[in-house]
Amino acid sequence: MNDSKQSSSSAALPIMDAEAISRALRRIAHEIIERNPDLRSVVLAGIPSRGDEIARRIAGFIAEIEKIEVDSGVIDVAMHRDDVGTRAELPIVKASQLPTSLEGRTVIIVDDVLFTGRTVRAAMDAIGSFGRPARIQLAALIDRGHRELPIRADYVGKNLPTAANEKVRVRLEQTDDEPDAVRLSKE
Amino acid sequence: MSATIIRSGRVIDPANNRDEMVDLAVVDGRIAERPEVRGQKSQVEEIDASGLIVAPGLIDVHVHLREPGFGHKETMESGARAAAAGGFTTIVCMPNTSPVADSPATIAWIKDRAAEVACVNVLPTGAISKNIAGEELAPIGSLAQAGVVAITDDGRCIQNHELMRRAVEYARMVGLPVLDHCQDYNLVGNGVMHEGYWSTLLGLPGWPAAGEEVIVMRNILLADLCDHHIHCQHVTSARSVRLIRDARARGTKISGEVCPHHIALTDEALENFDTNYKMNPPLRSQRDVDALLEGIADGTLSILASDHAPHAEFEKEVEFDAAPFGIIGLETELGLFLDLLVHKHRKIDIVRLIEMYTLEPAKLLGLEAGTLSVGAPADVTLIDPNLEWTVKIDKFESASRNSPFDGRELKGRAVRTMVGGKTVWKL
Amino acid sequence: MTSLTRCGYRKNESAREHSGERARLACWRSWPGFVDFRKQNAPASKKLHDHSAQKFAKAGRFRQQARPVRYPTMNWNRKDLLGLRELSADEINFILETADAFKQVGTREIKKVPALRGKTLVNFFVEPSTRTRTSFELAAFRLSADVINLSASTSSLAKGETLKDTARNLEALHADILVLRHSSAGAPQFLGQRLKASVINAGDGAHEHPTQALLDLYTIREKRGKIAGLHVAIVGDILFSRVARSNIFGLVKLGARVTLVGPITLVPREFEKLGVAVSHKIDNVLPEADVVNLLRIQHERQRKEYFPGLSEYTALFGLTKERAKLLKPDCLIMHPGPINRGVEIDSEVADGAQSVILDQVTNGLAVRMAVLYLCGGIST
Repeated sequence: MNDSKQSSSSAALPIMDAEAISRALRRIAHEIIERNPDLRSVVLAGIPSRGDEIARRIAGFIAEIEKIEVDSGVIDVAMHRDDVGTRAELPIVKASQLPTSLEGRTVIIVDDVLFTGRTVRAAMDAIGSFGRPARIQLAALIDRGHRELPIRADYVGKNLPTAANEKVRVRLEQTDDEPDAVRLSKE
Repeated sequence: MSATIIRSGRVIDPANNRDEMVDLAVVDGRIAERPEVRGQKSQVEEIDASGLIVAPGLIDVHVHLREPGFGHKETMESGARAAAAGGFTTIVCMPNTSPVADSPATIAWIKDRAAEVACVNVLPTGAISKNIAGEELAPIGSLAQAGVVAITDDGRCIQNHELMRRAVEYARMVGLPVLDHCQDYNLVGNGVMHEGYWSTLLGLPGWPAAGEEVIVMRNILLADLCDHHIHCQHVTSARSVRLIRDARARGTKISGEVCPHHIALTDEALENFDTNYKMNPPLRSQRDVDALLEGIADGTLSILASDHAPHAEFEKEVEFDAAPFGIIGLETELGLFLDLLVHKHRKIDIVRLIEMYTLEPAKLLGLEAGTLSVGAPADVTLIDPNLEWTVKIDKFESASRNSPFDGRELKGRAVRTMVGGKTVWKL
Repeated sequence: MTSLTRCGYRKNESAREHSGERARLACWRSWPGFVDFRKQNAPASKKLHDHSAQKFAKAGRFRQQARPVRYPTMNWNRKDLLGLRELSADEINFILETADAFKQVGTREIKKVPALRGKTLVNFFVEPSTRTRTSFELAAFRLSADVINLSASTSSLAKGETLKDTARNLEALHADILVLRHSSAGAPQFLGQRLKASVINAGDGAHEHPTQALLDLYTIREKRGKIAGLHVAIVGDILFSRVARSNIFGLVKLGARVTLVGPITLVPREFEKLGVAVSHKIDNVLPEADVVNLLRIQHERQRKEYFPGLSEYTALFGLTKERAKLLKPDCLIMHPGPINRGVEIDSEVADGAQSVILDQVTNGLAVRMAVLYLCGGIST
């Protein structure tokens, strides 16, 4: 455990620290408030395992700014992926937690890193099985490019141009037992 | 005239109480005082047996040769070759063939066939009951005339004690020993493995040790009642050993035999439902194994045998319940017994082991074989007691491959087998 | 037998990096679905739950989501589910946690996910069963797998074809998952060793019925919040019961106390060696039990030697209305079904407030989806 932590921090280029992450999420919260006059229809759907934590934090900022508690839940994407059975390791499924009907709601998918877009596609499929929301938006802490599907984020914490062989590591205190940080490492 | 001299070996001949480093001479297929040279020295074959044991040809009293009827499992020819490769010069074949060996005609067929194709001596047994069905007596007197060396329903067990009593009496009249597979059908039911911890765990129907012991006890009582010898085949349970020990101490004409798998393995081996561990009687607990070892050490169990039971791969490659019982053993038994009894557990010395494979079966069945006396047929087995080797089932002479011992490392084996002075197999 | 390691991921990681799949790995890592195996640390995660529960309690209406969830992390690498004896406690818990996710699917408007799209599942039942087969069938439908049902009467087994040949024929037709019910113990092991397809044991002889035990465990965990420390009484024909064996293995691994209750002929003392207690007096056990799992008395199968008759069984071991009064108020009553009303359990008790028999059926679906997803989803 220890050596892997050390190697990741020594070889990696710091991109965001806790304060930068907090600022970015606060800005996203402002943008969500701005774009969605009817905040009560908004549902934040975080993709595990860090997207749900980010969604929770955004909901916290919205509550702080607007004194409105927006719904914040979890959307599991593992069982909606298109690569089950082709990978050596199976994605771990988690229980989705969303309002039982999404009819007429604005669902904002929240993820830590936006990359190929396949996870987001799976999330949109999953949301479809909860009903038919009025619209779906997408928020990501990091957009690193290299999309393989026609998907674009509505809210981005930071655009980070990367090479395909680089790794973006997001660490959050609540999910990783490490201080908040975003790092870029080359292989 | 042909002559052979086996030089520099350790000759062990329990029948003559012999254990010495001498040369052994064979002339015209019989053991001789000395090789007849008479100036024709070139005709004397010399065999160097230094470092080897020169033993009387070994006898296995419990072999299934499958012919007639089941030639796809084993033939007389392949079974005899397997025996030779295991160091055996004489094998006793069981009657559960198709047709069952319950008539003089079938016995004659077996003897003719064996004379034609078998490279070792094959001695037939006859059935106790017609079609080994346990209902009416087979023509035991005619079978005796036809040349069987014993009667047995092996594979089956006569449940009707009255019928068994009459069979033993009849066998006494015609001078045949009775060999019995001890299994009480009511207690055993559809059992496929030893009833105990592992059967409880695996949910497989149990074959309780009591299912054997009840019949061992029955045989002890009938041996007393009829004053005739009954031999309990493949004894597996600790209590059976105790029953036989006590009865022999009282002078009852009862004996017991041990198969190598019953001391080499326990019921734990069935954990993965491998049908090569399915045999009847089943592998039992460590406690039973320990009791068998003690029974061998103190002479209670006097006979070693394989219960060589070939089955084709497609027959064994089925669900556990559906698989036939039995494993092959001719080519591994001597190695296993040497390894376990002489080397590993040190229960007996090699002289006693050879005695249990030669003199004891010869006494049980009244055979001339099993000795190196001058004039006896030159059936000789050369044994390297310290040779380390690995069992490889794909190298077996047997037509079947159903052995659980593939890959097992053993110490000691036969290296040359001679029948009637002729080498029929060598390593 | 495969075993899993907590740090299994790191080993795999280095292997994969050498195999030139770095780019793909990098993209996995950035996916939020990726879970770091270093984080599997139960005590630490518990602390974190409490801490963040306070911090984020006001963040949303869904209180249960208002704190970070520690997700199960495990490198599942079994293609077959043959029994619970070979599974570790971690693996059993992982299946139960995965079943949580699939139970949620059942509450959605659209109760179907594409997880096993394009996979073919064969329900191969060489012994009659309606419930288990239907449950597996529905689970497969909800995972978008294609299903074929094959029973002994329609299969070639009746014509003398061996099990191995039939199974290999199914595999030649590209069946990916074989759900096998068989009267012979060990039949799933036999096929699992010989087939590339996943083999799921749906009950083999008196050996194991792992999905039934998993749904029992799931139901206990759901209703009582835990399994460790609970006292579970399993009542009835234990000797011939695969449900009992799988339950014993699972419950003991997860730390429950198990007492087997029934006539001595059907509950031999040998079972004590499996780490459970054996009792022949149900009235002594009922007041102490947290869960009573009643097994079906399969009188149609029993040889007459095992007990004198059904009325005597009911008199000695049946959970009658009167006996049910001995139970603790929060004791769960379970039964794998089908119920013999009036034999092992009185009708009123089976339908009473303590009965969770129908929850077991619902949970069976979630558990079977989880098992099919885990075993059928890995690449073979």
